[in-house]
Amino acid sequence: MRPISYSRVSDVGTAIGTVAADPHSAFLAGGTNQVDLLRIYVEQPRRLVDINDLPLKQVEELPGGGLRLGGLARMSDVAEHPTVRRRYPMVTESLLLGASPQLRHMASVAGNLMQRVRCTYFRDTEAPCNKRAPGTGCSAMEGVNRGHAVLGTSECCIATHPSDLGVALMALDAVVQTEGPAGQRSIPIDDFYLLPGRTPEREHPLTHGELVTGIDLPPLPVAARSRYIKIRDRESYEFALVAVAVAMSVAGGRIAEIRLALGGVATKPWRARAAERELDGAPATPESFTRAAEAEMAGATPHGMNAFKIELGKRTIVRALTEMAEREGSA
Amino acid sequence: MSPAIGATLNRVDGRYKVRGESRYSAEVPVPNLAHAVVVNAKVASGRITSIDTSEAERATGVLAVLTHRNLGRVANVPRLLPSLAGLAAPGQTFFPMQDETVHYGGQPVAIVVADTIERADHAGTLIRFEYETTPATTLLDQARDRAYVPERIFGGLLPGQGSRGDVAKALAEAEVCVDATYRFAPNHHNPIEMSASTAIWDDVDRLTIYDSTQGPNAVQLTVAELLGLPPISIRVVSHAVGGSFGSKAMVWHHPTLAALAARHVGRPVRLVLTREQMFTSCGHREEQEQRITVGARADGRITALRHHKISLTSPFDDWAEPSLQSAAVAYLNPNYEGVYHLVRGNTITPTFMRAPGEATGMFALECAMDELAERVGIDPLELRMRNYSDTDPESGKPWSSSGLRECLQRAAELFGWHDRDPRPGSRREGQWLIGTGLASALYPVTQPVNPQRAKARIYNDGTAVVEAGVSEFGTGVFTAMTQVAADALGLPVERVRFVGGSSNLPNITAAVGSAGTSAVGSAVHVTACELRDQLIRRAVGDDHSPLHGADPARVEVRDGKMVLADHPDVGETYSDLLHRTMTPDVEVLGTWNPPPQDAGYGIHTFGAQMAEVAVDAELGVVRVRRMVGVFAPGRVLNRKLAHSQLMGGMLWGLGQALMEATRMDPRLGRWANASLADYLVPVNADAPDVVVDTVEMRDDVVNPIGIKGVGEIGVVGAAAAIANAVHHATGRRCYELPITLEKLL
Amino acid sequence: MKSHQAIRTAPAPDSAVVRGPDEVEVRLRVNGTTRRMFIEPRVSLLDALRDRLDLHGTKKGCNQGACGACTVWVDRRRVLACLTLAISCENREITTIEGLAEGDTLHPMQQAFLDADAFQCGYCTPGQIMSAVALLTEGHARDDDEIKEWMSGNLCRCAAYPHIRRAIRRVRDEQGGERASH
Repeated sequence: MRPISYSRVSDVGTAIGTVAADPHSAFLAGGTNQVDLLRIYVEQPRRLVDINDLPLKQVEELPGGGLRLGGLARMSDVAEHPTVRRRYPMVTESLLLGASPQLRHMASVAGNLMQRVRCTYFRDTEAPCNKRAPGTGCSAMEGVNRGHAVLGTSECCIATHPSDLGVALMALDAVVQTEGPAGQRSIPIDDFYLLPGRTPEREHPLTHGELVTGIDLPPLPVAARSRYIKIRDRESYEFALVAVAVAMSVAGGRIAEIRLALGGVATKPWRARAAERELDGAPATPESFTRAAEAEMAGATPHGMNAFKIELGKRTIVRALTEMAEREGSA
Repeated sequence: MSPAIGATLNRVDGRYKVRGESRYSAEVPVPNLAHAVVVNAKVASGRITSIDTSEAERATGVLAVLTHRNLGRVANVPRLLPSLAGLAAPGQTFFPMQDETVHYGGQPVAIVVADTIERADHAGTLIRFEYETTPATTLLDQARDRAYVPERIFGGLLPGQGSRGDVAKALAEAEVCVDATYRFAPNHHNPIEMSASTAIWDDVDRLTIYDSTQGPNAVQLTVAELLGLPPISIRVVSHAVGGSFGSKAMVWHHPTLAALAARHVGRPVRLVLTREQMFTSCGHREEQEQRITVGARADGRITALRHHKISLTSPFDDWAEPSLQSAAVAYLNPNYEGVYHLVRGNTITPTFMRAPGEATGMFALECAMDELAERVGIDPLELRMRNYSDTDPESGKPWSSSGLRECLQRAAELFGWHDRDPRPGSRREGQWLIGTGLASALYPVTQPVNPQRAKARIYNDGTAVVEAGVSEFGTGVFTAMTQVAADALGLPVERVRFVGGSSNLPNITAAVGSAGTSAVGSAVHVTACELRDQLIRRAVGDDHSPLHGADPARVEVRDGKMVLADHPDVGETYSDLLHRTMTPDVEVLGTWNPPPQDAGYGIHTFGAQMAEVAVDAELGVVRVRRMVGVFAPGRVLNRKLAHSQLMGGMLWGLGQALMEATRMDPRLGRWANASLADYLVPVNADAPDVVVDTVEMRDDVVNPIGIKGVGEIGVVGAAAAIANAVHHATGRRCYELPITLEKLL
Repeated sequence: MKSHQAIRTAPAPDSAVVRGPDEVEVRLRVNGTTRRMFIEPRVSLLDALRDRLDLHGTKKGCNQGACGACTVWVDRRRVLACLTLAISCENREITTIEGLAEGDTLHPMQQAFLDADAFQCGYCTPGQIMSAVALLTEGHARDDDEIKEWMSGNLCRCAAYPHIRRAIRRVRDEQGGERASH
């Protein structure tokens, strides 16, 4: 790790002002990603501004029935919050299926959204990587890419976005609240994540010094009937090969409301809109689920070792929908 | 007093470990300590054309930057010999930083020494290297056409090929033939403690190294040769080792590099490998492919076995883990051919990894056996029974002890094997396809070639200390040796203390190949018996002793008291004797001479593995629901500890079967997943409850305490049982490890 | 991207105290005792404990947050010391394995690990024990499946996992289920 200086701030204004004033500085929240990347020289700020004393740790009711997760609320606290658990079970599940209990105690939900990709070439400072060193090429394209994305890829980058929480938030149309030198912003989660395109180094629209202060979960009755399933090689403590966040209600045998998002397969938490279009109003049957899965993965592009994710993705979508439908049927 | 051997004693060092008080090699407090960091080549083949160390040298706290230009030459690189031999045992016959050539990715090219670990680490990134690269071979598939059959492998200990009978003819005549090729991803040991060496020169030529190793003596002898120093100048200490699994069996570069760095800066130096460096600094299980052809009669009796292996080795050494040994003798089989093929590549020399050779070789055989059972329509258990050999099929000599049939039968009882519907895909629970599989387990018993020594001293208060230079890396050897010594001396375990972990102690070969406990145990037994007998002889020769004039052969020791075997009320304690004769203590140095390599017996450890898996019918996810392993490891010194080690071995087999793989990027010539986040090993949630049992077969041949070892046998066959269970669940055979879910979609 | 309402607030100027990058004085409260050291801000809590305070019970297994060997408690919650900067822990209460036993008397979890033979090489053990005690406090040890999942952040390469579960069950049952705490 290169030498760094350290400041600790206790109010949002100072935090933003301090980081904004120094192009070589960065916020330090839970540190689980920041310290790791500092140690392997992928992130190289010279100054860390510790924001853990900022009053952004609450989970609060919003007028109109939504919920605001403070940006610095810990993954474990959000996961176990009774209201989150009751109204947005997929959020709880996505958090509890991520990382480990120790990491969940450390990591903030804002930091979780901001975490960098796990691509081995991104983490290897000697390897070409367009995201870390724009213009150097993508080593993953023809490399060890079993974990890489099949959706939302570009010729510049195929790294999978690793967040589980982000997938649930994508399904819920959460809104990211930020505050920066230019003021406060509300950014829909779908806009918060950028596709790699020709600029994979840009992962989100935040400016330097702009801080994620909170995440708003909209009032969404269907979210109470939701779940998050995650498929991986080992039973725990691993990033997803495929993950599905689904909220669904069925009325009269037909799908009345559907929200579907995918993780582990895309360069950003992936809202499965093509599948949703197929499912909206369709009979809650295996045929509909298969058709939806096919529609969503029709746009997928394999890159060698990760080709299986297309089929696995389809089957996991069908599995998630089937289980939700069974639950709805028995409810 | 009931015997200590066989008792379920808690680990004698356990108390320190649960308190965090055991000192591993990077944890010994040393004044004025400096920290060294190794910098590794980022290319796999080529030449360093320039190095700029100026920025690193100017960095705060930096004491030295060493490269091939200023490190100094090593005196002599010893030949590669498994550390069981008791001699110098370098992991490879190449020592880095001697010239500008780069042979493999991760080869050490510089060392930075600084006053703190953070400063050393950062300065290492400030060195600028330029390379002229040459094409590298890092995958088997890149160079199959360059394969050769080595004359000898494994440090020269084993021939490159072997045969008996006429395998071609027998295969041509076989009524049934199974021909299958198995591929194995490279594997890395990944003990949780990363290798570490702390080097302290207390004079120009007196060196102490605290090192994490399976063999302090091997480190001493290897470093001595490399530095051109006599062994008397070097002491190697290893208080506690945080796992090894073979990664610390041979002597790699770091202790010598630490010593050289410490000499250079004139301060003690600690060198701890990083997790990433653990993938390029202490060997690995090599990428390999094995083709097995089994010929059999229609009733399943094997008539021929052809077993070829091709694997990647380094530019320096003809290394292949010995995968053909157990398969060659597992079953009665008159016609056999086994051949190792090697391909030279740009890699560090591969090395031992838990159940070396047999983890892969027996996987291939036992999967082929499962296929044969299906082909001939015989239960897999019955097929093994039918092909059982009560002699070593290679030599025709009897087994010193076997137990294979007993293990299979006992495992079948514990597992409920006989209720099994043999049809693949016949059991389903919701989304899960359920399958069961079994495999035999064999592991050769290797004897040390040199005398093994231990020292025992009894004090006049009746407590005894026993010493030998073995290190404790999780096997429980300190505990087992306490028990062996206690029984031999006739003392309760509380009055015996075992001390190990230093090259200054009586010489013992490295604890490798499951031979550690048998080697040191035999030495401790012989030594403690000698001490006891000496005291008995003193007593019967002392006219003040109640035992005066007794026949020493009729005297035994109970709870520290020497008594007449048939008049236990007549006798005296060790303590009485020593106090009366004004003797503070008595000490003996004992030697166990291992039997000759050709002792007239086939010596193997046997076992049986059974596993039940659930395979997600649509998603391909495999979960192991339960495992049963029954083993015949000879005598069991401590049931609790032995079962733990066997259980750990079986769960290693689970990792091998389902998740462990190191992935090479051939363009970069480097491992692409050199971290514990990316090289997956089982976590708690992956590990089912495991049933372990042992069948104790008396063995008077193998060594005086009748033990064969438990370190490896638990791994052998576990992966095959799982793969066979996956087939039973799904009807699909997997010919490539690990069995990741995409192979079952 | 859609446009958003921009409420202009005046960010405070860079008024935060800058410490480092050279060595600064850091005070940590570890196992009930305040310890003072001069370290660079980049020093991890793990290296501070091991190399500066000679508290080697907390282990380094990966330095990347992937193994759990460095598990300690900060303000009674289990966290990873390798991904924590020591300087960020001022005013926090740090507990390590050395703070668990009461003198010569082992913590019940330490004793249970010993009796269940829940380790072999012992290197991951302090982290496992710190995690296991926290697990009971958190109330995630109701059954074996829960223990498995909530102990999966601690790798044990010797694979003593079934025995680790046995040790945890014993302490849970002795202490009356979820009420158990240190």
